Amino acid sequence: MSIALSSGATPARERPPLGTTGPVGWLRANLFGSWWSTALTLALGYVVVRFLWGFIDWALIRAVWTVPMGPHGPDATICRQMKGAGACWAVIGDKWRFILFGQYPYNEQWRPGICVALFIALYAASANRAFWRRELLYLWLGTLAVIFALMWGGFGPLQFVPDDQWGGLPITLILATFGLVAAFPLAILVALGRRSKELPVVRILCVVYVELIRGVPLISLLFMASVLFPLFMPEGLNPDKLLRAQVAIILFAGAYLAEVVRAGLQALPKGQSEAAEALGLSYWRKTRLIILPQALRLVIPPLVNTFIGFFKDTSLVLIIGIYDLLTAGKVALADPAWTGFAAEVYLVLAAIYFMFCFAMSRYSHGLELRLAAARGR
Amino acid sequence: MSHAAGDPRLIGAQQAPRKPWRLSWSDPRTRNVVWQVVVIGAVGAVLWYLIGNTNRNLAARHIATGFGFLGRTAGIPIGEQPIPYNSATDTFAKALLEGILNTLKVAVVGIILATIWGTLIGIGRTSRNWLVARLTAIYVETLRDIPVLLQLLFWYTLLQGLPAPRQAMRLGSIFLSNRGIKIPVLVWSGAYSWAVLGGVLGIGLTVVWARWAKRRRDETGSAPPVWPVALGLIIGLPVLIWALLGAPHVVDAPALHGFNFVGGATITPEYAALLLGLSIYTAAYIAEIVRSGIQSVPHGQWEAAGALGLRRGTVLRMVVLPQALRVIIPPMTSQYLNLTKNSSLAVAIGYQDIVSIANTTLNQTGQAIEGIAIIMAVYLVISLSISLFMNWYNARMALVER
Repeated sequence: MSIALSSGATPARERPPLGTTGPVGWLRANLFGSWWSTALTLALGYVVVRFLWGFIDWALIRAVWTVPMGPHGPDATICRQMKGAGACWAVIGDKWRFILFGQYPYNEQWRPGICVALFIALYAASANRAFWRRELLYLWLGTLAVIFALMWGGFGPLQFVPDDQWGGLPITLILATFGLVAAFPLAILVALGRRSKELPVVRILCVVYVELIRGVPLISLLFMASVLFPLFMPEGLNPDKLLRAQVAIILFAGAYLAEVVRAGLQALPKGQSEAAEALGLSYWRKTRLIILPQALRLVIPPLVNTFIGFFKDTSLVLIIGIYDLLTAGKVALADPAWTGFAAEVYLVLAAIYFMFCFAMSRYSHGLELRLAAARGR
Repeated sequence: MSHAAGDPRLIGAQQAPRKPWRLSWSDPRTRNVVWQVVVIGAVGAVLWYLIGNTNRNLAARHIATGFGFLGRTAGIPIGEQPIPYNSATDTFAKALLEGILNTLKVAVVGIILATIWGTLIGIGRTSRNWLVARLTAIYVETLRDIPVLLQLLFWYTLLQGLPAPRQAMRLGSIFLSNRGIKIPVLVWSGAYSWAVLGGVLGIGLTVVWARWAKRRRDETGSAPPVWPVALGLIIGLPVLIWALLGAPHVVDAPALHGFNFVGGATITPEYAALLLGLSIYTAAYIAEIVRSGIQSVPHGQWEAAGALGLRRGTVLRMVVLPQALRVIIPPMTSQYLNLTKNSSLAVAIGYQDIVSIANTTLNQTGQAIEGIAIIMAVYLVISLSISLFMNWYNARMALVER
């Protein structure tokens, strides 16, 4: 450029650059940047539009929302006449209470309804950092007690409902919540044990436990819970199916959470531990007051990701026949009136699981950003 | 430790004299020993109690423990047989072997598919094309937040909802129906065995050639071509052998006869659903790993490579991905392990993997402990093998520091 100017010749007039700002500029930069990018945009755009249109057509435009009642319950003939061209949402209208609450007595289903609301309120309160204090623990214990009282009943006007009649979303939430609440202290102990240098026996036991559980699928533990547990117990004592599955989930979650906690312990500088010892704190006081608060804060994002994993994994209890959300959905489909409308039910189930997991995942993401900002200060 | 002796800060410092071990509660060593003895005692007592209960229960139910049942005739019908199996005569051991092979069949193919698909999605997430970046982000966010079991059931329902064989969807001589996917296969003949042998030889020669080419590039700076030679050796050589042996090609194509197909090979709906569900689900996780790996490479690497005149695709392939691999491999290992363990969900859609067959076995024989021990042992061995392989690969790819 400088050569052209010094020679005194008028530089060739360049055309003004094409729009780089505004909507056109944005499109140019982000969708039609190069030939390859343009081709990709057009091809993908076509597929997306076709798919979205097909889905809207199926799910909304041609969908059947209600069906008339026949002599033996709902009559899905209209749906069947669609031959899959439109969704049959009537199956949800007919079965939603069953999918959400399983075999819980129909007139009492407001009770599991309240429990679900309590669970969600509890999660929401715990997500708020302003509530991260000792009182939260009491709130948890109190709410969980209320939830169990409501589910079981058997006092005042509430009729007793044994837990083999519970089902649907409350079971999923109970399995996930209790699994984590019980697995967390276990995980901390195991993580501490695995890092202990002075107690080789404890360390070996912890390593064996973690590696054994992480090496096998959850299914095999659930089978163990449903088949072997009765063999391990003294004769006559037979804990119910839900409790057995819960124990399996706790053992499983404990091993995975222990690894996450261990990562936090390892990331903490050694000086923290040495400084605490220099102050003369005992092992447990050092761990409780200095180490754990810092180590756990480091691993909150991976912890939440692990929680999401367990929330999804509770659906595996389907295989040993416990009535969680997924099982209730599958059983609802076994109703001869509604066979063949599985896609609709599965989509709704997916939406419910998605809402819970997506909320946790967004939360974890936001927390990660804030913690990173706090660390960078 | 070895260089600590020469550390100037330590000159003059003396190691604290070790106190003699006192048999008192105030000596930490005594406490440690006591606690460990207590722990061993507690664990031992719990085990003793459980084993005692189990023995009593087994005796009460007249179940004899041991693996003797493995030699008995199984009588479990198996739809998916990697090796020939006859349910009337073959033993439980053989049935379980079929299960193990079926698990491996899903795990190996699933890992390959999930890696390819996940890498593509992960690269897509870093794309400058807005549509590609958005769509892949939606893919990852959605699929990670839905239980894999639900996804498997969904795919299985879709595949079962395909039309019956008579109205099968047709793609050339591939048929899609509710009996699965029918594909044409070549009738095996001696020439193919020789061609496969040629292919193996070709791979070996390619490795030798690539080593030589690398050494030559290091020495002289001029790089002999590798890809054309590799193509010629790995594909050309087998084709040549096959052609020289008379180029036999008898295609066994599926055809509709009455209500079902004859000929061809079948991918059962169960296998297809399991493979599809597991790879699509795991790919979402792999995509995130690949994305974070790519983003972990400093931006200066992109810019420097761009300054050398490399195109974006070339930069990605030659500069960024090799560096990203170091970040990618360790978490990838745990995804491979997850996929393998999730293949046990096969039991929910009726694919006969090891869990499914061991479960049937323990229901038929009542050998619950042995059945579950077999499942666990199989998965532990598979998990350990994958870990060992990935650790070896990781060590190979790790940055060699001078």
